[in-house]
Amino acid sequence: MSTPNIKIAAKNLTVGYGDYILLKEADFEVRQGDIFFVMGSSGCGKSSLLRVLTGLLPPQAGQVLINGEDFAAATPENKQHIMRHCGILYQSGALFSSMTLGENVALPLQQYSDYTPEEIDELVELKLSYVGLGGFKDFYPSEISGGMKKRAGLARAMALDPDILYFDEPSAGLDPVSSKHLDDLIRQINHSLGTTIVIVSHELDSIYSIGTNSIFLDAASKSIIARGNPNELVKNPPNETVYNFLTRGGEKHGK
Amino acid sequence: MSAQLNYNIRNQELEIVLAGDFIHNKTPHADLLSAIHNVKNITFNAASLKSWDSSLVVILFELAKTAQSQDVKIDWSGLPANLQEMISLALTSSATPPTREVQKQDFFTTLGEDTLNNYHSLKQGLSFIRSAMNSFARLLGGKAIMRKIDFLFALEGCGYKAIGIVSVVSFMVGLILAYVGSIQLKNFGAQIYVASLVAIGMTRIMGAIMAGIVMAGRTGAAYAATIGTMQVNEEIDALKTMGLSPMDFLVLPRISALILAMPVLTLLSDIMGILGGAVVGIFTLGIPYESYWDYTWDALFLKNFWVGIFHGFVYGWIISICGGYYGINCGRNADSVGIATTKAVVSSIVWMIVITGVLTVILQEFHL
Repeated sequence: MSTPNIKIAAKNLTVGYGDYILLKEADFEVRQGDIFFVMGSSGCGKSSLLRVLTGLLPPQAGQVLINGEDFAAATPENKQHIMRHCGILYQSGALFSSMTLGENVALPLQQYSDYTPEEIDELVELKLSYVGLGGFKDFYPSEISGGMKKRAGLARAMALDPDILYFDEPSAGLDPVSSKHLDDLIRQINHSLGTTIVIVSHELDSIYSIGTNSIFLDAASKSIIARGNPNELVKNPPNETVYNFLTRGGEKHGK
Repeated sequence: MSAQLNYNIRNQELEIVLAGDFIHNKTPHADLLSAIHNVKNITFNAASLKSWDSSLVVILFELAKTAQSQDVKIDWSGLPANLQEMISLALTSSATPPTREVQKQDFFTTLGEDTLNNYHSLKQGLSFIRSAMNSFARLLGGKAIMRKIDFLFALEGCGYKAIGIVSVVSFMVGLILAYVGSIQLKNFGAQIYVASLVAIGMTRIMGAIMAGIVMAGRTGAAYAATIGTMQVNEEIDALKTMGLSPMDFLVLPRISALILAMPVLTLLSDIMGILGGAVVGIFTLGIPYESYWDYTWDALFLKNFWVGIFHGFVYGWIISICGGYYGINCGRNADSVGIATTKAVVSSIVWMIVITGVLTVILQEFHL
């Protein structure tokens, strides 16, 4: 049996702001094709960890390896090169309000590819169609709903066919149906394109429905206190904190 | 292996053969799309297809759309399963965008609508001013809900923290005024009157105007941006639903602070402008120290001084009202905050100049 391909590896990673430490000497690995959840209660450092993984916040100590390259220690040029293989969907979609949806999706293609304007137009239409927004190319973010903004943000994140897609609370602010559609879309992208997905979330329905691997961050010990498939973790929780989180204080969950 | 896209037509059936690596592929496909005109079915042979990305999916997506419009059937089964899934995803999940009505208006309709909009804006602005005055009256009557800490915080922002910038700008204006004045006055050997020019100019109007312009750009913009961001974050909605008046709670502390700070900043601006003029007069034009101060002192009329302070007080109202008005009426996205800030600064300065013109005429009529 071959060793699974490791896409992201954190080694002795310490995350924090100055003297305020959120996560201490953490180790974890994300394999190719994983739908990897970063879970934990509010304030445990999930979003800060995502900021470190995406290069927005330097780690206090340790390494982040993306495709074997030390991302945290890379030069700005190398960092840019690595990030071209990564797409990020922010909580609000983070679309540029002065640009149409088409222009938002076209921006990374114009900056980082040698496609002609006609080819870019066709790719933009395709990416928007993936997320169910074909025909919305000329709309501005202010003209569409919150759920549509997230999907348009996903189309932009997918513009350069990334190997890794990061999601920050993808279900936040969505109704249950839109949330399920987004989960289905994430699963299909992962399945059809083999894209590695990293999701910061505490939305249990999504975690159980699409998660294949996870880590659980604990604010009190500033460490990872559980790891593995969320559906396995809920059956055999390693401690009460994880049990309470995964069962919403005792309610039954999981597949 | 480079990407290869070939096709052959047999018995009105188009077979597309894909081979190699379709990664960032730029294979032209216009011929392929035009070949669809002569066929009824499309099939695929992708046995030698090694890898692919969106550059292949986009060709197949375009092909599918063209085929759909011409009633040509496509059998996708010759493609890898995951590629079929992505094409299916692109073809099936699109929502129908709402239709946008493009209205063409003639000149008079546009003119009429613009006039009505401007009328409504003016009415809204006057209503805001009335509301601000009422709020201020409630404050004087001890009935307004204004937190002291908000007032002190605003006073710190527009008072103590503005001293540096107002001083520097006013000093430089006094300096410029002295230089420009000396160009003409020295032709008549009357350079000594530079002292009078700077003293009268700064105390009567320039001190107030410079303090006003600096504060419009600094504090007026900050008021609009802060209150506008509160609008975006729904904080103003929260105040309204709690039964608290955003005017009392947000605008009043800022108005009170600025109308208190502006006369003091005007006084500071007067002093710094006179000092700037003195530097030029004494050190560059060579006017004796005592003479310069004598002429300055003689030109400092109490009437001019009070006119300047009064202007500063009025500018305080204008700047804080413009900042508050555009902040409260800000839209609900990031762009709106920028627009509100710009409008607050521009309208503050425009109204300051307009009101100065009106006040100048009135004060002249009363020989002040």
